[in-house]
Amino acid sequence: MISIKDIQKGFSGKSVIEGVSSEFETGKCNLIIGSSGSGKTVLMKCLVGLITPDSGEIAYDGENFSIMNADQKKVMRRKIGMLFQGSALFDSMTVEKNIFFPLDMFSNATKAEKQKRVDEVLDRVNLNGANKKFPAEISGGMKKRVGIARAIVLNPKYLFCDEPNSGLDPQTSLVIDKLIKEITTDFNITTVINTHDMNSVMEIGDRIMYMYQGKKEWEGTNKEIIFSKSEKLNSFIFASEFLKDAKDMRMLEISGKIDNKRDMDEMLRS
Amino acid sequence: MNIFTRLGEFLLMLKGMFTKPENWRIYWKELMHQCVELGIGSLGIVSIVALFIGAVSTLQTSYQFVSPIISKSVIAQIVRDSVILEFAPTITSIVLAGVVGSKVSSELGNMRVSEQIDALEIMGINTKAYLILPKILAALIMIPLLVIVAMVLGIWGGRMIGDITNILPHEIYDKGLLESFVPYNVTFALTKAYTFAFIITAIPAYYGYNVKGGALEIGRASTTAVVTSCIMILLADYILAAVLL
Repeated sequence: MISIKDIQKGFSGKSVIEGVSSEFETGKCNLIIGSSGSGKTVLMKCLVGLITPDSGEIAYDGENFSIMNADQKKVMRRKIGMLFQGSALFDSMTVEKNIFFPLDMFSNATKAEKQKRVDEVLDRVNLNGANKKFPAEISGGMKKRVGIARAIVLNPKYLFCDEPNSGLDPQTSLVIDKLIKEITTDFNITTVINTHDMNSVMEIGDRIMYMYQGKKEWEGTNKEIIFSKSEKLNSFIFASEFLKDAKDMRMLEISGKIDNKRDMDEMLRS
Repeated sequence: MNIFTRLGEFLLMLKGMFTKPENWRIYWKELMHQCVELGIGSLGIVSIVALFIGAVSTLQTSYQFVSPIISKSVIAQIVRDSVILEFAPTITSIVLAGVVGSKVSSELGNMRVSEQIDALEIMGINTKAYLILPKILAALIMIPLLVIVAMVLGIWGGRMIGDITNILPHEIYDKGLLESFVPYNVTFALTKAYTFAFIITAIPAYYGYNVKGGALEIGRASTTAVVTSCIMILLADYILAAVLL
């Protein structure tokens, strides 16, 4: 579990994160949602130590990350895997070498053992045929999958994903979401995902935190989010007319005015 | 950002490079890779520049030496000392500031913008030690060697052109090369080469590592890095000449 207490961060006198506190649970997909500029990427960078917060406390399973020295942070970071928005694959290395790299750097295993592990994770993300390709030769979805493979190759306890679906088509987004969800539950890791994709929220959002202008506006599950009373959250999630209709249908279904999903589908089609 | 802030950041970057490597083998591999990239990769351009500088020096010096009372072997002495003292270390380094400097700056800038440096940080790798130190060490190993190659080729280029144009037969040129030779000149040239090698890699590394923004800023950082490196090379050239000669 990762817990954050009263995180504050500002740049050039302008506050970007204001007193955010929360808990990200183990074995669950914890989503941070919010519109662009709401501070979710800065918060994630604070969590992994790429940005130092002005104040507040970040604890990984009770270990206070905020007061660790550089060497302790280095050790802690080896328990962290991160998928970046642009995948951040090393251009000069093949897919296989990208995944080999953390193993080469930190593992004392033999070459055969490392190769076995690389093959395992490539298989886990369904990328067996792309070993010898360079990042420039593969699609956006494949890059994300390589990024995930690289992030999990050292068996991290914590996985961070910064906008994993940005730039992907809905079908590929679904594949990436499912993959992240499976990895989270299979390996029982704490996953924190930054997104503004409502499909991801509904598909994999076990715990959701909504941020608005640097503050935590709402927190709950994907079952609760649709009935939230927060106007700011509602205007964020029901930005599209379709979703508004879907919410109305869901309300009707709950109130018993319509019977089942088939009726809902027909009403939406009409 | 003022010059003192930049200088402070630059010194902090250098300080940050010196930590225990996470894996000696990987760092060694990276050092060898950089030696090939920066050293062997620049051999072609350095050889061409050195040959032409030697050849032109011979032609221009002989053009100015019209007096019959001065031995023609003096031309070889002038070419030798010019090449060793100035042309080989300084001109080679200015050429390398363009070739190596822009490469180092744009490579690190691209890694910064595409979050590759952040990815390495997340893995728990000291990015200054892993990305910058091998480049500086590779330059300190390879650039003095390139300067030695430039000295040899520059002098040989002068000898060759003297023969081809019949301005200076190689027997006289060879005789002149051995006259009044001061070995300290080579030591001085290598001192300059080490100083310039550091400038050529450390300054572009600083600009590339600290890029903020996108492709446009990478280009800007690269240009600033090369211009700053060239100015610093000329400044260091003057200071070293004033102090050591």
